[in-house]
Amino acid sequence: MATETPGKTHSVGGLTMFLAFVSKEAKHVLRDRRSLFILLGLPIVMMTLFGFALSNEVKNTNFVVLDQVPDAETIALTDRLAESRYFTFVGRVESEDEITKFFRRGDARLAVVFPSNFDHDLHHVHHAQVLLLADDSDPNTAKTVTNYATAIIGQHQVEMANGQHRQGGIRVQTRMLYNPQLKSSYMFVPGVMTLLVMLLGAMMTSVSIVREKERGTMEILLVSPMHPLLLILGKAVPYMLLSLIDVVIILLLSYGVLDLPWGANIPLLMAESLLFILTTLALGLVISNGVEQQQTAMFISLVGLLMPALVFSGFMFPIENMPMPLQVLGNVVPTRWFYEIASKIMIKHVGFASVVKPTLILAGMTILFMLVAWRTFRQRL
Amino acid sequence: MAGEGQAVVVDGICKSYGGDVQALQNVSFEVKPGELFGLIGPDGAGKTTLLRILTTLLLADSGSASVHGLDVRREFSAIRGIVGYMPGKFSLYQDLSVEENLNFFATVFGTTVKANYHLVEDIYRQLEPFKTRLAGNLSGGMKQKLALCCALIHAPTVLFLDEPTTGVDPVSRKDFWGMLGRLRDSGIAIVVSTPYMDEAARCERIALIQKGQIIAMDSLAGILASNQTETYAVRGEGLLGVLKALRAYPETRYCYAFGQEHHLVLKGDADPKGAESFLRAQGHQDVSFRRIEPTIEDVFIALMQDQADV
Repeated sequence: MATETPGKTHSVGGLTMFLAFVSKEAKHVLRDRRSLFILLGLPIVMMTLFGFALSNEVKNTNFVVLDQVPDAETIALTDRLAESRYFTFVGRVESEDEITKFFRRGDARLAVVFPSNFDHDLHHVHHAQVLLLADDSDPNTAKTVTNYATAIIGQHQVEMANGQHRQGGIRVQTRMLYNPQLKSSYMFVPGVMTLLVMLLGAMMTSVSIVREKERGTMEILLVSPMHPLLLILGKAVPYMLLSLIDVVIILLLSYGVLDLPWGANIPLLMAESLLFILTTLALGLVISNGVEQQQTAMFISLVGLLMPALVFSGFMFPIENMPMPLQVLGNVVPTRWFYEIASKIMIKHVGFASVVKPTLILAGMTILFMLVAWRTFRQRL
Repeated sequence: MAGEGQAVVVDGICKSYGGDVQALQNVSFEVKPGELFGLIGPDGAGKTTLLRILTTLLLADSGSASVHGLDVRREFSAIRGIVGYMPGKFSLYQDLSVEENLNFFATVFGTTVKANYHLVEDIYRQLEPFKTRLAGNLSGGMKQKLALCCALIHAPTVLFLDEPTTGVDPVSRKDFWGMLGRLRDSGIAIVVSTPYMDEAARCERIALIQKGQIIAMDSLAGILASNQTETYAVRGEGLLGVLKALRAYPETRYCYAFGQEHHLVLKGDADPKGAESFLRAQGHQDVSFRRIEPTIEDVFIALMQDQADV
């Protein structure tokens, strides 16, 4: 065997090497149960957190009505509130003392008080008042609840007017500047998707490559005849699949649980997600090329990528409100562009024509990161 | 070209890290096909750096080296694939099984386990009962045997092993060297580094390496024969006190603990009787002096001292 000429044993092609590499990588992922659990559990946890726990929406709030002289108008308004998914009608009360009792027991958080001359005022004076009493033990909820109720009453009034000219009416004092459709939970979906894909793609890829450096297996892989390009691709493929699975989980939760309205172009969304996943993988590769320890890779991914992603995506803080230098800086953050794409497709239901610009920018960034990853990949230690 | 037909040629290799750490200084040697060549030296002597240069993982600052006539700098991609390499750290995938590791490395090196099974058969037979066990759960000796299998599976013509027996029990070490001997007999050139002096006897030729320099290179017998420093084994009650006294003795060149006795080398042709009476005068009892044949460790220390004195 010593007489064998170099290269003679290379009977196995690049594709077989590549597949062996991908299957090895898949085994790493599947056998590390804890990481796998995090990879697949994270989208569920984040969607639940952002969609429900952190939502500023209040659903099924119990309310009572104090209506001294019930008439058609007050009954219609009461029904209107009761029908809304934000409120549940608990009952009628006879006095303000009774309201307090309901509040103390926690059986209601809102009381709607119609004055005895409500109907008369509305139709003759054209000016009626409604008193909204909210349980202020939780000021945030109280504020949200009164805002919702005010909005619903206002909406009711507009519909009752039915185009006819009507003076005065029930005065709506609270205006809802943000989120006028009273819908919020699914507004988080594009943002959560952006953050998750960014985090998983970049961190998982960089950590898995740096792990090979740390354990010394990179030394053997480098000495092998396998082309470094295959090595990089073999690393990227399993994490690309995982990120896609996460995108699918997020979409399933959005449509199945958060009632995200239908109408988004799903194939377009998946294609754009794939592009963004490639961006994050390329970023992960760039990180791994300059780092020797898993912890460093993780730290850079978290602080260097997740923080800008949070700040500059427009998901938490509106970019328009930032000072000019920060707005300019925000443009170089890839998450900003994907967030724009995802929210336009998912919330506004636009087609490809409306997201061409951010798509091209994102594609350009991806190619740039891939080139950097390729140029900085060291064939030696 | 010089060194035609040699498996490995190293000529005047220098390598430094960050300017002030001189890892290798003007290292030269050759290894023939079918030769087992040992790089012996303490941690930090530059063994790993040298092996990484030969496996094309590092570039030397100056000097040249070739493997099978292929230059490690220019023709590195041709060298990759024909050499077998076992890095110092256990470099297999702990979360893959014995079988999966072997299959993976076979494929990545462009072959199959089936095609080259005969190469690793001897070694792999011992691992076979544990083939479904994860590599991370193997004992140290088993791990090294598996790593050797993985390094051999693509029929390399030169094998580079970086401290393959470090952290391995004595029985497994003996086993391992037996395997290396059989591989050598089949015609593979093997360059192996080790911090264990006693493993020198297993190699055809050894290079003693210290602070990036080869301080002696020959067969073990040759090295022992060429270094006949007068060495005395000294015994006495209170080993530490005896050592201190011997070091304080003006005619002592150097002295070091060696198991249950001390090895002493005196300046020039000083008489050991003088040292003996010096010890007795210091109140040490039961002192005995005995001239010994220097072992490889004694020679190593002698060479280190020679180097330090220059």
